[in-house]
Amino acid sequence: MLDIQTQLFESADLHLGPVDHEKDPEIESKWTHDSDFMRLMEINPARPLSAAMVKKQYEKLEKQIEEEKNLFHFMIRAKEADRLIGKAAIYWIEWTNSNGWIRLGIGAVEDRRKGFGTQAMQMLLRFAFAELNLFRVSAMAPEYNDGAIALLRKFGFTQEVSRRSALERDGRRWDLYVFGLLNEEWRSGSRSQEER
Amino acid sequence: MRDLFRGQLVRLTLEKSEVRARAELRWQRDTEFHRLADSGPALLNSERKIKEWFEKQAEKGVDPEKYSFSVRTLEEDQYIGFLGLWVDLIHREAWVGIGIGEREFWSRGYGTDMMKLCQQYVFAELGMERLSLGLHEYNARAFRSYKKCGFRLEGRTRQEVLREGKRTDVLWMGILREEWLQIQNGDGK
Repeated sequence: MLDIQTQLFESADLHLGPVDHEKDPEIESKWTHDSDFMRLMEINPARPLSAAMVKKQYEKLEKQIEEEKNLFHFMIRAKEADRLIGKAAIYWIEWTNSNGWIRLGIGAVEDRRKGFGTQAMQMLLRFAFAELNLFRVSAMAPEYNDGAIALLRKFGFTQEVSRRSALERDGRRWDLYVFGLLNEEWRSGSRSQEER
Repeated sequence: MRDLFRGQLVRLTLEKSEVRARAELRWQRDTEFHRLADSGPALLNSERKIKEWFEKQAEKGVDPEKYSFSVRTLEEDQYIGFLGLWVDLIHREAWVGIGIGEREFWSRGYGTDMMKLCQQYVFAELGMERLSLGLHEYNARAFRSYKKCGFRLEGRTRQEVLREGKRTDVLWMGILREEWLQIQNGDGK
């Protein structure tokens, strides 16, 4: 039987949703004042952003989604109180090769290490593989981002590339890893884990 | 001081937009060339469109994160290809893409000479720590050339590209500033 009842944007504690231009900028602005979060989420220099600057970024993002058609962006919300806790994206999609890149981040320290990343990743991968029908997805993680690396490994990603000394932070060079997961690997591995 | 724009076989220039457009128009028709250099679908654009695109780039002025060169042979002074660089000034990493549109110059050391000039420019002029590139696994000629220039294979993204119904890997290579310096000092192989 073809199962179309599974809600793609809902998990036990979370749901994925669009940007709320009124409420989200204030919260995301707060995250940008935490350099640890910014350095885990971004390769670009960490810098505090005002709510107005975040709002501008959302507008730019929506324009990009409309024009380039190779990007999907989600806000991650806790069902409880409909609270914004993070964001996720599938980007750089090459439709002719059916591949793309994924990224996700949980903004506030108190929301980390609660399994939210795992639930968000489940939804993101299901969307990439069962809705966009991608053949493979890639993800980047610097060698110092232990949380991201553990999450990717948990979902069966293979570390495929180690770009030596690709980043500079705290006065030293760091490797940047590229991970990959194929649709068939997701179907046989993480999928069955999810159902167990 | 080194001559940054002159190698053993080629020199780096920047041709006028109309000259670049005329060459690009011809090179775009060669789908084997396209499939070696790019992972997207082959495209056919009008000469006017291509020229507008080059002109728009020129109007934007000097972008410190993007560098374009045209490549000419020293012997015949023939325009044979291009070299492009994308530079991350924060992490001091550059990405390179090269192409030789004129097929009679394939497999004769021109690409290797272009890449050596590129490395010199990236490390001796731009002050980068690292130079990176990606290529299709089926482009064995490029792989041999890049290895000869001192690039190391750092991994492959599995089955990333679909061509003619077959999935193939993309290979990722890099060279660090200190590795390039070693080769310059003759300590490399």
